[in-house]
Amino acid sequence: MKKVYIYKVFERFWHWTQSILIFTLALTGFEVNGAYEVLGYETAVNVHNFSAISLIILIIFAIFWHFTTGEWRQYIPTKKNMKAQIEYYITGIFRNAPHPTRKTILSKLNPLQRLTYLALKIILIPLMVITGILYMLYRYGMNGEIHSLKIGSLEPIALLHTIGAFLILAFVIAHIYLTTTGHTPTSNIKAMLTGWEELEDDDDEKKENNVNTEKNEKNENE
Amino acid sequence: MEIFESFKKTFLFIFIVIFPLTIITLGFSNFFEKEGNLGELKEKYSRKKISSVDHSKFEILQKDFKDPHEVTEACLSCHTERGKELMSTAHWNWEREEYIEGRGITYLGKKNLINNFCTGIMTNERSCNKCHAGLGWTDKSFDFNNQLNIDCLVCHDKTGTYEKATGMGGHPPVGEDAPDYKNIVANVGRPMKHNCGYCHFNGGGGNNVKHGDLETALLNCDRNVDVHMAKDGLDMNCVDCHPAENHQIKGKYYAVSSSNKNRAYCTDCHNPAPHKQQILNEHTIKVDCRTCHIPHYAKVNPTKLYWDWSTAGAIKDGEGYSVTDSLGREVYTSKKGTFIWGTNVQPEYVWFNGTADHFLITDKIETDTININTLFGSYVDPNSKIIPIKIHKGKQPYDLKYKTLLQAKLWAPEKGEGAFWMDLNWDIALKLGMEYVGLPFSGQYGFINTRAYLPVSHMVSKSEDAVSCKECHNRKNSRLKNVPGVYIPATSYNKNINMAGTALMLLSLLGVLGHAALRIRASYKKKTSI
Repeated sequence: MKKVYIYKVFERFWHWTQSILIFTLALTGFEVNGAYEVLGYETAVNVHNFSAISLIILIIFAIFWHFTTGEWRQYIPTKKNMKAQIEYYITGIFRNAPHPTRKTILSKLNPLQRLTYLALKIILIPLMVITGILYMLYRYGMNGEIHSLKIGSLEPIALLHTIGAFLILAFVIAHIYLTTTGHTPTSNIKAMLTGWEELEDDDDEKKENNVNTEKNEKNENE
Repeated sequence: MEIFESFKKTFLFIFIVIFPLTIITLGFSNFFEKEGNLGELKEKYSRKKISSVDHSKFEILQKDFKDPHEVTEACLSCHTERGKELMSTAHWNWEREEYIEGRGITYLGKKNLINNFCTGIMTNERSCNKCHAGLGWTDKSFDFNNQLNIDCLVCHDKTGTYEKATGMGGHPPVGEDAPDYKNIVANVGRPMKHNCGYCHFNGGGGNNVKHGDLETALLNCDRNVDVHMAKDGLDMNCVDCHPAENHQIKGKYYAVSSSNKNRAYCTDCHNPAPHKQQILNEHTIKVDCRTCHIPHYAKVNPTKLYWDWSTAGAIKDGEGYSVTDSLGREVYTSKKGTFIWGTNVQPEYVWFNGTADHFLITDKIETDTININTLFGSYVDPNSKIIPIKIHKGKQPYDLKYKTLLQAKLWAPEKGEGAFWMDLNWDIALKLGMEYVGLPFSGQYGFINTRAYLPVSHMVSKSEDAVSCKECHNRKNSRLKNVPGVYIPATSYNKNINMAGTALMLLSLLGVLGHAALRIRASYKKKTSI
């Protein structure tokens, strides 16, 4: 095994800030939805809106980071190993079989992760951001008066936002669980906290497409 | 070494990422708030108004007036054009020329509309028209073109002693009980609360009966009752918010009005977006100020919420009788039927765009319950807002054969003239009423459920007592639960989506727990097998 510095400072900051914000948004969001009362409606709305704006700005920073560092390539989907990865979660993991995809700095994600995160980034998050912004800004103040976008009703916006919220929650449940499927149950979380992860030291390590220990997450639908 | 390196980066982070991030976020979330114009308004309305004229110094007002028409004549001798002005107003004509969708141009008002309190003025002018701004509208023969019939004093008496007689169609008492004209004319001026309240507090036959938000308590109330009219506040007059131009007073009451013009708005004085929290300002696009700022009406004395004429006419020991409840409220009287009263009533809420229709005495009844007036409006209509209303429910006579509402003769000075309040006989009272109106009556009558939709506009509460967010935004008991067509966060939700979403979460949880269980079992097996 060899210690590798795999998650950069921004990456970790982005990940954990995002996780805190998403947790806060979920907690307050379902209160705004009326499911329960914890903070009180008014506080829930204010916290939700504040967190939402924070998250959007964080996302803008993250997009910038992804493109300037080239990290966006991590999410290019691949069919390679896809079947093996699915089989691993269904059967291999119980036999203590090795991870079919090795983790490296250049390729941190297994094929299922690539696909899931990509879907998250280009479908689910934009859905939440767009419906969220419309929800927040369909009426707005201008020159001391209140104006409104000519949307027929808030209802479809609110309902799409709710659907998105449930999907993100399902993702989070699977995501948290799958962090325990690394080299040891906590090695993935440790890596995301410190940036350092013990990856498998392999003879092929220097080669392209090298193989390593692995962390992963995936919306499992076995 | 590398760890130190990462610390250094974190430090840079605070400056490059977190700091601008926080600033931008604060900017977007309206952290920097602005002020309304409340201070300005308080200053404006706390200034004392000084009259430019002392009427006691006019020679023409020095004589001993015997008759109110003489007073009017004296007024008009200086204010020469005011008579004509007044004669074009609804206070004089008791009807307005207005356009109603589906009816065209109509001339409607107290003169000819049926309500679900005392049902209408027709044949009852001598009593009802005590509140007419004229002198002696006792029947159809009243001359609306005679300026001397105008009653200037009911609105302009500042002494609070001017009274109109009962049963004389707006004429003041004569003889010994006649008002002290000399004193009154020396003290005329801009209308005060008691002038407007003389009639508007007593609509429906008694204090606060009709409006619920207009009553004598407003003459001397604190800020808990009404922030504008409070003695411990600015003690504002009605005409401060309902100013008049050429005697046309601003403001409409949709029990009798129909069109969206000459309305009085809160925003005539207040900023349209006066809240510090922008999210509250945004509400104003669909929610009227009154909806949040009048959480309850009838805060002091009770108002009538239900009036059932069908039980009227009962006789005990050969006489009509009355029943009062433990709070001293009349809940039954043979003359009028059964009542339900309310104090501190939470309004109902509807969409309203400033236009209304009315159920006319000539309209055909086709439903079990009819709306005496209909307030138009909907979520999709950009001119509509949610407003608070009082719904006055009633049960009143209608013609079983012709399916129309009926006008009864209720008032007469004494028994034997066929008035219901004297003789307690529907057959005669309805016959005489309909004869007077000039519409057919089959002789067969029943009682139909009616509803009047009465906007609530007064008894504005202190800002800290305004309706709170969660009173509307909650799933269980939202104030707005009966407002159609609008998605209200927390109140509205889609059952199917929430159920499917919850199921998805449970399945995900079950999935990961099942997977974890299998993994634990596998590792246990492996260990034991070794």
